[in-house]
Amino acid sequence: MELSGGEIVVQSLIDEGVEFLFGYPGGAVLHLYDAIFHQDTFKHILVRHEQAAVHSADAYARSTGKPGVVLVTSGPGATNAVTGIATAHLDSIPLVVISGQVGTPVIGSDAFQEVDMVGITRPCVKHNFLVKDITKLAEIMKKAFHIATTGRPGPVVVDIPKDITDPFIKVPYNYPKSIDMRSYSPAVVGDSKQIKKAVDLLLTAKRPMIYAGGGVILGEGSAELTAFAQLLNYPVTNTLMGLGAYPATDKQFVGMLGMHGTYEANMAMHESDVILAVGVRFDDRVTGKLAEFCPNTTFIHIDIDPSSISKTVRAHVGIVGEARAVLTEMLGLVKADNRRLDDDVLSAWWNQINEWRAVECLEYDRSSDIIKPQYVVEQLYEVTKGDAFVTSDVGQHQMFASQYYHFDKPRRWINSGGLGTMGFGLPAAIGVKLAHPESDVACITGEASIQMCIQELATARQYRTPVKVINLNNRYMGMVRQWQEFSYECRYSESYMDTIPDFVKLAEAYGHVGMRIEKVADVRPALEAAFAMKDQLVFMDFMTDRTENVFPMIEAGKAHNDMKLRKELK
Amino acid sequence: MRRHIISVLIENESGALSRVSGLFSARGYNIESLTVAPTEDCTLSRMTIVTRGSDHMIEQITKQLNKLIDVVKLIDLAEISHAERELMLVKVKAVDSYREELKRLSDIFRGKIIDVTTTSYMVEMTGPSDKLDAFVASLDADAIIEVLRSGPMGMSRGETGLHL
Repeated sequence: MELSGGEIVVQSLIDEGVEFLFGYPGGAVLHLYDAIFHQDTFKHILVRHEQAAVHSADAYARSTGKPGVVLVTSGPGATNAVTGIATAHLDSIPLVVISGQVGTPVIGSDAFQEVDMVGITRPCVKHNFLVKDITKLAEIMKKAFHIATTGRPGPVVVDIPKDITDPFIKVPYNYPKSIDMRSYSPAVVGDSKQIKKAVDLLLTAKRPMIYAGGGVILGEGSAELTAFAQLLNYPVTNTLMGLGAYPATDKQFVGMLGMHGTYEANMAMHESDVILAVGVRFDDRVTGKLAEFCPNTTFIHIDIDPSSISKTVRAHVGIVGEARAVLTEMLGLVKADNRRLDDDVLSAWWNQINEWRAVECLEYDRSSDIIKPQYVVEQLYEVTKGDAFVTSDVGQHQMFASQYYHFDKPRRWINSGGLGTMGFGLPAAIGVKLAHPESDVACITGEASIQMCIQELATARQYRTPVKVINLNNRYMGMVRQWQEFSYECRYSESYMDTIPDFVKLAEAYGHVGMRIEKVADVRPALEAAFAMKDQLVFMDFMTDRTENVFPMIEAGKAHNDMKLRKELK
Repeated sequence: MRRHIISVLIENESGALSRVSGLFSARGYNIESLTVAPTEDCTLSRMTIVTRGSDHMIEQITKQLNKLIDVVKLIDLAEISHAERELMLVKVKAVDSYREELKRLSDIFRGKIIDVTTTSYMVEMTGPSDKLDAFVASLDADAIIEVLRSGPMGMSRGETGLHL
């Protein structure tokens, strides 16, 4: 079969089983778009801004485990995609981003819509390619999917000059079934000796703790993690990226840890003597002050990426491997081992944790007659029976979502954890809804974040993706305002927007349903009404308490046992 | 902050060098010198990076280098017995009595004079970096026209080597 470069790209996407291609056309990719016109195997989703294309594809990947695929044109199309690529990179999300490039003869001449995409994206991709030879195109596409989806996943950019996709230049097409790269062979199974050492440590601990992150979700290890923790009855905390890796409603779950984690999770980390860290990277938002992080703990660290181990926190036992494979092996060893913690020792540890739990660090003023953002999230949790896919933007609402929506399953909580990208939520919700049309999808956002990709309301209309937008509207960039309150003596420098659009009318203008909710009593009925509208995107503008803050809080540079709690709890 | 020589076997692809140099600058690692050229297998390049850092930093550097898709293999030569050589070209003003002196100095350091004009010599010298330092230090500073150094290259001793 002889195909042009444009046809090769399209056919390789078909051969990879791609369902959706998120993109936006432009000069350098017109040949490619013409090839897309001639196929109907996958669906192209026309976004309204390239950043949103990447976020939608990213969320599709997060919610399904399959790679997300993006197509953008050269120059501004490519640079617009960069924020999305960096977002996926920091959260290790598998993406293949195809960008058009000016023709090879004019590369380097500052041609119209030319940017060095390979150069610009180098620090924020797992790998990237500039295709210079059409005979290498199919192999590069295969490599791109292979690299994006194996090992520690990540985004891969394939930059394709326009002349490579010329419809009149055809070459034989053979899509490789598999690919073997001498320079790339990620580990799968962990080192058996290290695993045995880890099991020994865990079975002789006094105050054990399991700290699990996004790697467990990416590595499909949730079932194994849950079985392992429950076999031993050890407490489990999840990172922001790991929520859902362990069921949040289980009694062994002590909540999220870190800057806005629960009192019990952070205190348990601080007082533990052995920590099993799985698929985590000891992010600064988790550790707080490194020098005082878990001072008396022996760390076991499982990660697919060798560079994650001992990067910031020295691992006493480091295990490089896939979360599922390593946990399966550990589970087998523990089952075959008679040793267990003494009941007295373990129950003393649980008693201590339950004392911390009794602080009820997530309580808030429920008698307020102003809508509390926490209350909205709690009601959303109940109305959706805890089974919705929830995307979020970045800020206070993101933390409220992570604290008050209890995720029992992996891949349900979709947020930009590492890069913290405002504007992520709405396009993410669209990507999730396309992948899971029968499921409830809620985008928890704020009036500042939502405006960063608000144009995607048009995309949602075009493809009939009836997501529910939960806008926690406090008229402030809430998290910025909170930091200014705590650290800048209430000097609210530029964290307030003097004009905010009428979101109800705005939603209606895009062809959706808009609701404004101003009374506490209306929250629940409004949510029920919105989720009953199965075929409509409903934009719910909740007018929430302008002064509400996220607690608990470990301020930057403080230790886990130095948490700021809500005043009335002290 | 010990000195380390990291020898890297890397795919001979365009952009491979910038991936390595970009990694060092993005993560704030020191880079004292970097040399690169294709090996006998033209699909592979051999790179020698001289860097300084704590053990923890060097561990991260080697891990991050290994993580680059184009990197096939690497070795930290500071950990093993190895030979180290650097090439230097020095152009020096050579007039009057200093012509003789320069010839003698060059001979002592086993340098070769590879270009001669009525007023200058170009000296070629190889050796460990500290030998080249010593030679430069022995020259009359005012006489030096230019100094060009390749940066060190290193190879492990014995029959094992860095290859596929």
